[in-house]
Amino acid sequence: MTVDLRADKPGSRALRGPAGLSLRVEPRALAVGLLLVAAALAMAVVLIGTGDFEIAPWDVVQTLLGNGTPANDFIVNDLRLPRVVVALLVGAALGMAGAVFQSVSRNPLGSPDLLGFGYGSAVGALVVIVLFKGGATEVSAGALVGGLLTGVLVYLLSYRRGIHGYRLVLVGIGASAMLVAVINYLLTKAQLVEATRAMVWLTGSLAGRDWSQVWPLLAVCAALFPLVLGQGRALRMMEMGDDAAYALGVRVERTRMLLMLAAVLLTTAAAAAAGPISFVALAAPQLARRLTRSPGSNLLTGALMGSVLLLVSDWASQRAFGADQLPVGVVTGLVGGVYLLWLLVTERKAGRI
Amino acid sequence: MQRLTAQNVTLGYEQRVIAENLSVEIPDHSFTVIVGPNACGKSTLLRALARMLKPSAGQVLLDGQAIGSMPAKKVARTLGLLPQSSIAPDGITVADLVSRGRYPHQGLLRQWSPQDERIVRESMASTGVAELADRSVDELSGGQRQRVWIAMALAQQTPLLLLDEPTTYLDIQHQIDVLDLCADLHEEQGRTLVAVLHDLNHAARYATHLIAMRGGQVVAQGPPAEVVTAELVEEVFGLRCQIIGDPETGTPLVIPAARRPKSRALRPAGTTAGS
Repeated sequence: MTVDLRADKPGSRALRGPAGLSLRVEPRALAVGLLLVAAALAMAVVLIGTGDFEIAPWDVVQTLLGNGTPANDFIVNDLRLPRVVVALLVGAALGMAGAVFQSVSRNPLGSPDLLGFGYGSAVGALVVIVLFKGGATEVSAGALVGGLLTGVLVYLLSYRRGIHGYRLVLVGIGASAMLVAVINYLLTKAQLVEATRAMVWLTGSLAGRDWSQVWPLLAVCAALFPLVLGQGRALRMMEMGDDAAYALGVRVERTRMLLMLAAVLLTTAAAAAAGPISFVALAAPQLARRLTRSPGSNLLTGALMGSVLLLVSDWASQRAFGADQLPVGVVTGLVGGVYLLWLLVTERKAGRI
Repeated sequence: MQRLTAQNVTLGYEQRVIAENLSVEIPDHSFTVIVGPNACGKSTLLRALARMLKPSAGQVLLDGQAIGSMPAKKVARTLGLLPQSSIAPDGITVADLVSRGRYPHQGLLRQWSPQDERIVRESMASTGVAELADRSVDELSGGQRQRVWIAMALAQQTPLLLLDEPTTYLDIQHQIDVLDLCADLHEEQGRTLVAVLHDLNHAARYATHLIAMRGGQVVAQGPPAEVVTAELVEEVFGLRCQIIGDPETGTPLVIPAARRPKSRALRPAGTTAGS
């Protein structure tokens, strides 16, 4: 097999093989992607070593490779690895879901946070916690159902001869307001124990995650990441407007429904595993886009950026406040709030909102 | 039979019917222009021909097949459309935008062939935007931007190309520029062009086949020299006018009547009427 690497124009290269095989590669996006993978892996190792019992990064790597002491092996592989894997997957799922929604709504504010899916999951989870006093698995299931129902409802309410960015964002904000009211109502109804559980869930936390949270999340991600990435080229066409995409042979409404469904599933699966972690979905795709400087939805780099953001936030909260003192959702909320303000100000200046 | 036809179509949005039992044939290798007053259904017809609007009755046929039942990408390799408004993604370069026109010819494992590359280069050259290739689309003037969108539609390499009001929002020199470009594409590359235009004089000058619509129906069609008459303009647009020969091309030129009774009636009392 001969692979012919040549520039066809600045900023983009084609990788060509036999039988007409050709792939488009943007060197800058590729470099950013590789850097983010490296950053995520390095951060994961550091995070596994962080906690009440510190382990040096080198020992962490050795233990992961199966050459560690039994004590380290227990701490790394049984206690901390699942938590870090959940963080990686939740971050990636949120980053990709955010990239999809921002692209579909053609609006940097069109993230699942602001569209109410997180709140939908929260209502689902709280109903299980407060009304049924259910266990962890039931709470996850409740979050999943709540998020999906909200997704379907928001889609139907904003559908009028197709989905349009603005209506989607406005309907989403309206849905969020109503769902927050439901959440508050449920909290006032709750007994002290349930209310505490509910509050912890609502902040979004990675504490105490074990392998039983990893597997369902991994399955959802393994199924949906390739599906979303496969639609990436159609999504790029849709950024030029529905008419232009339609003229190029994209089945716009079908593609959009498929992508939105996948993104809602990713968001709710993430919420089921770690609670509604705020602002990763909003910030990750935008940050990735500024790094790659590439127009388009930045699906993959957005996902990688989501992982890095969540790992860094988790590490920061553990460093600053001690292990499991401060849920990671508080940190992402703080950082994200500042980012949202900045976004609102710059977007206003650019006259886009 | 012509490649693109509409047969007894009923067109509308939800409850509102815009055209009923409308039949149109687009002559192969023509530069067809559809004219008519606002809300006569000309853009609606174009959208139906481009399968963006599904007729509630009748059908649009492309090469003898119902266009709605054909695979989307297959249609997109035969029939291109320049929509009235498209969005250039933030910061996209001209070359990147034009290369998106190759989408219907590509697949997951065939994303960028040497042929794609050549056609994109040719499309930029024939629309005169080759030297802008690395510029950001946001920086361009309205006329340049329209050329870039046309280049993208060209890169799609379709024998049929539909243009929805390609000159709207452009300065007069850019309007002529875009229409000259369309005429070149028609004459030199033998493509079939269908455009909706507002300006009747532009239509008369550039079209080889003119379709005049009013109230969702075709009132007249044929070569502009036969179609554009004072009677027809009055019937279609409600405008009294004279038709003279265009001093540049000899095609019909519509000269609206100097004063119309309606405007005289509207003049405030006390002013003296002019000659």
